[in-house]
Amino acid sequence: METKKELVVSAIQDGTVIDHIPTEAVYQVIRILGLEKYKDEVLIGNYLASNKLGRKGIIKIKNKHFTKDEVSKIALVAPFASIINIENYIVTDKFQAEIPDSIENFIRCANPKCITNAEVVPTKFYVVDKENLKLKCHYCEKFTTKETLRFTE
Amino acid sequence: MSTLKGRNLISITDFNKAEYLEVLDIAEGFEKNPKQKILSDKVVATLFFEPSTRTRLSFESAANQLGARIIGFSDPGGTSVQKGESLHDTIVMVSSYSDLIVMRNPKEGSSRYASEVSSVPVINAGDGANQHPTQCMLDLYSIRKTQGTLENLQIACVGDLKYGRTVHSLVQAMCNFNATFHLVSPQELKLPSSVKMSIKNAGLKYYQYTDIKDIVPTADIIYMTRVQRERFPDQMEYERVKDSCILTADMLKGCKPNMRVLHPLPRVNEITTDVDKTTHAYYFQQAQNGVYVRQALMAAILGAK
Repeated sequence: METKKELVVSAIQDGTVIDHIPTEAVYQVIRILGLEKYKDEVLIGNYLASNKLGRKGIIKIKNKHFTKDEVSKIALVAPFASIINIENYIVTDKFQAEIPDSIENFIRCANPKCITNAEVVPTKFYVVDKENLKLKCHYCEKFTTKETLRFTE
Repeated sequence: MSTLKGRNLISITDFNKAEYLEVLDIAEGFEKNPKQKILSDKVVATLFFEPSTRTRLSFESAANQLGARIIGFSDPGGTSVQKGESLHDTIVMVSSYSDLIVMRNPKEGSSRYASEVSSVPVINAGDGANQHPTQCMLDLYSIRKTQGTLENLQIACVGDLKYGRTVHSLVQAMCNFNATFHLVSPQELKLPSSVKMSIKNAGLKYYQYTDIKDIVPTADIIYMTRVQRERFPDQMEYERVKDSCILTADMLKGCKPNMRVLHPLPRVNEITTDVDKTTHAYYFQQAQNGVYVRQALMAAILGAK
């Protein structure tokens, strides 16, 4: 008979689990998704043993399902994180967060001279390198990278 | 009628090789016969959010010679912009008054944004350090005129290759014409890797140097730019390298007879004045060619050619 492993972070009845988050990205994921202000249960685990990553982070959010844009945000800071949708304790959907080919609105251009930092202009980027995270601004044509990535408020 | 009718020109990569050649062919016609009143029913708005004497006068001369009426401003002082009007609102308003907008603005990406909110075509006359595509078009025109072709040339770019937007655009455009690039700059001001990548992706070759003398015998075109003191955090380093990117008449001994020196101007000291008297100097004619190229762009975009 298969023995069930003890869950370090409790299961949720309905909501989303973000699994396989690099340990250094856990709190950034919380920040970019605005989970500090989320008014329901959020369970956070970090430095948990992981076959895939060695150590990993996990976030379980009760009664919350993420939009496509939110999943893109997760992918930008935690590439290859798993998004698991849960309904009544059952996994209904599981997929890997993927960086899209283009990103609109939620990232700020790293170039202070870009028009998007001077006026109310929605930002737009083309992802030119998903592995090293390099985004080309549609407007000023300059690059925003992992090191200079900032999200709009 | 041109396929460019109604198009914007924001970045040099907005046009393809056939479109570059089309503009150059139309410009040749204007060089032979510059005063053609083919835009007499058109209004061209020149919006210069920062001063630029040469570019603005060149555009306005081009529009005038085609018979167009010109509205606009040469700096934003005294306009609604100074009162805090957004670029969005200014462009929406001006596009309802004109058939074409020519815009220079220090904010990078401002022209692309303007083209998205404008109801009439926009020509970018420089958006900060980003793009200045009409400069690139006149560089192409000057190269073709002096060499008889754009294909298979040895193009040397000298000076500040890191920040010089004219060099970046020229390299990208010349990647369509099987050029070989010779890049001369101080170590601190080498061509950015993204632009070098354009060369590689086109299957072409580039060579890097630190001394201008090394490229003189090979080059068909020497494209000079200014090395600015303020680009160097270490002034000692500037003093050490500053002369390595200065072109003098003496150095031109041994160059190819067809070699021409180009410069987007204004020049400071990177081409000594004794070069001006040689047959190789072409930078003043190059600036003049800007009028024909801008005539061609305006005529094509407004559907008059």
